[in-house]
Amino acid sequence: MTIAAKFEIEYLQYLDAEGKQVRDDLPEFAKDLGHMVELYKLMLSTRVFDAKSIALQRTGKLGTYASCLGHEAAHVGIGSAMRPEDVYAPSYREYGAQLYRGVQPREVYMYWGGDERGNDYQKEPARHDFAWSVPIATQCLHAAGSALAFKIRGEKRVAVCTIGDGGSSKGDFYGAINIAGAQNLPLVAVIVNNQWAISVPRKIQSGAPTLAQKGIAAGLFSIQVDGNDIIAVRKAMEDALERARSGQGGSVLELVTYRLGDHTTADDARRYRGEQEVKDGWAKEPMKRLRNWLVAKKVWDDAKEEAWKAECDEWMDNEVNAYLETRTQPVSAMFDYTFAEVPADLAKQRDYVLSLENKAH
Amino acid sequence: MAQITLIEAVTQALAYEMAHDPSVVVLGEDVGVNGGVFRATQGLQEKFGELRVLDTPLDETTIAGVTVGLAVQGMKPVAEAQFEGFIYPMMEQIACHAARMRNRTRGRLTVPAVWRAPWGGGIRAPEHHSEANEHLFTNIPGLRVVMPSSPARAYGLLLAAIRDPDPVMFFEPKRIYRQYKEEVPDDGEALPLDVCFVLRDGADVTIVTWGAQVKEALEAADALAAEGISAEVIDVATLTPLDFDTIAESVQKTGRCVIVHEAPKTAGFGAEIAARVAEECLYDLLAPVERVTGFDTHIPLFRLEMKYLPSVERVVDAAKRTLAAS
Repeated sequence: MTIAAKFEIEYLQYLDAEGKQVRDDLPEFAKDLGHMVELYKLMLSTRVFDAKSIALQRTGKLGTYASCLGHEAAHVGIGSAMRPEDVYAPSYREYGAQLYRGVQPREVYMYWGGDERGNDYQKEPARHDFAWSVPIATQCLHAAGSALAFKIRGEKRVAVCTIGDGGSSKGDFYGAINIAGAQNLPLVAVIVNNQWAISVPRKIQSGAPTLAQKGIAAGLFSIQVDGNDIIAVRKAMEDALERARSGQGGSVLELVTYRLGDHTTADDARRYRGEQEVKDGWAKEPMKRLRNWLVAKKVWDDAKEEAWKAECDEWMDNEVNAYLETRTQPVSAMFDYTFAEVPADLAKQRDYVLSLENKAH
Repeated sequence: MAQITLIEAVTQALAYEMAHDPSVVVLGEDVGVNGGVFRATQGLQEKFGELRVLDTPLDETTIAGVTVGLAVQGMKPVAEAQFEGFIYPMMEQIACHAARMRNRTRGRLTVPAVWRAPWGGGIRAPEHHSEANEHLFTNIPGLRVVMPSSPARAYGLLLAAIRDPDPVMFFEPKRIYRQYKEEVPDDGEALPLDVCFVLRDGADVTIVTWGAQVKEALEAADALAAEGISAEVIDVATLTPLDFDTIAESVQKTGRCVIVHEAPKTAGFGAEIAARVAEECLYDLLAPVERVTGFDTHIPLFRLEMKYLPSVERVVDAAKRTLAAS
């Protein structure tokens, strides 16, 4: 028998669900315990932020909101590995990565609170990142196009996109990794496999035993990672970014995690999944293992946890207030950003709406 | 100065802008070595290299989405859809991202991109190669829809489209790609993207059209002139945003309006123009508005396609009906 090609998919994990190290070769960044504490703190603030968002929605102060509960290691791992000059194209729940890159909680609230200004990220490097992408997997091609721009201009920058397990079924995802392989583009495509695409489980998305192996078809480096282990996520991301930056091509990372919450606040996951499965998901969640590991290293404890939570609460309360104090945009804002300059024909419609406003006041 | 065809004017505009603006790149299927299936990008890869004239994988979704990404990073991509019948997979990227990027980010990110597509029927092409679907794009906010009908307008409008800070659909009527030649100076002069072109002055009836039908409209105007009827011909080369003022001015003068387009009648862009005429010029009208269009059927395969496309005779008949009415 002649074999035309062979492949295998590595699985990367450093910390198990209890926070025990399963391998000794810790990456450099993980030897810096101060840095690991910083990562833990951002994961915790992401969780506090998420809880605050859901509370806002439940009290009618926010529209539909997509929670990131359980994705903290995956998202913070992605954001913390990227350099400022890189470009991020998220879907719509990767707050942990985005907070790291300068998106402000008030901007997230603004977007889900029905105001386009939430997409106008004020702080770099988020300011040059893409905004949330609601049409599934379409953002992967924006990242591929960005990577192509970097290659054409000879810039040492990398484009990173994230999608879910469901998103990996879409042609846009394949199109992005395919052109990245064909043109050797600096693209890192991350599948955050949280097992559920609203009500549809992972097994219905694909018959492939791993989603990572989809990258093999495109000729990309491909790896499956414990997405609840931030050391593994960060390490896989750093390696992928380095390969891309040095011209060695793109990667597909499958981060295996679990969506602990509903798809969005408009969803009720009890309709389609059992309690035991969610319990198992909580047993493997990302905060506990890192906390155990840091406590064992004597760099974290309950007092620090409570103090940081209190700080996060105060931070989020500030952000909520800033959001709630924002005035609704003037009605002309509907027209002002349709084109660089409002065309004469459209200006007539704008003037009509403004005349209605003036009549009302 | 050389006389060139419409398709050669497209090539000339691309070459001019690529030579003067390093951020302009061309991408699509077969645009590289082959120079495009109609030769619109002939010689460009030799001049500007494989990265700036990029043969993509055979996937329209990829072409459209990568174009959005390039444009957001400050490039000025000119993507080619090989035929307008293959443009449908691109529509999600165009409608959900390209056309709304500026709006949804309050101007933080923009998409200065052009999508070119050979458009329309009448060249005895296979199925899916002869569609007229500009009306599917004219209803998308934030998008410009442009269709030249002469070599000079192809050159000037394509330069304008590439330089425009917003996304532009640039439909090229392939039936008249090589219909005639004219002198087009390669001077980098763009045409405005927001005015209709009055191609012929007339007093009795206004014929409003665009794309390949400009040919039939002008021939109809000749035929009408031979019978003593003076027809004004307007080329709506920039469909959206629409310059209705030029059309209104003409209809107010002639009192009669015949709209000619190749796409199906119902909800074609002619319906919008007819509605605007009703809104703004009703009391100037001496006769009901006429529409001469494709039918509400799929364009037939090529044995019958000329029966589908508006003919000179149908345009002349419609114009005469408006004159018979009053």
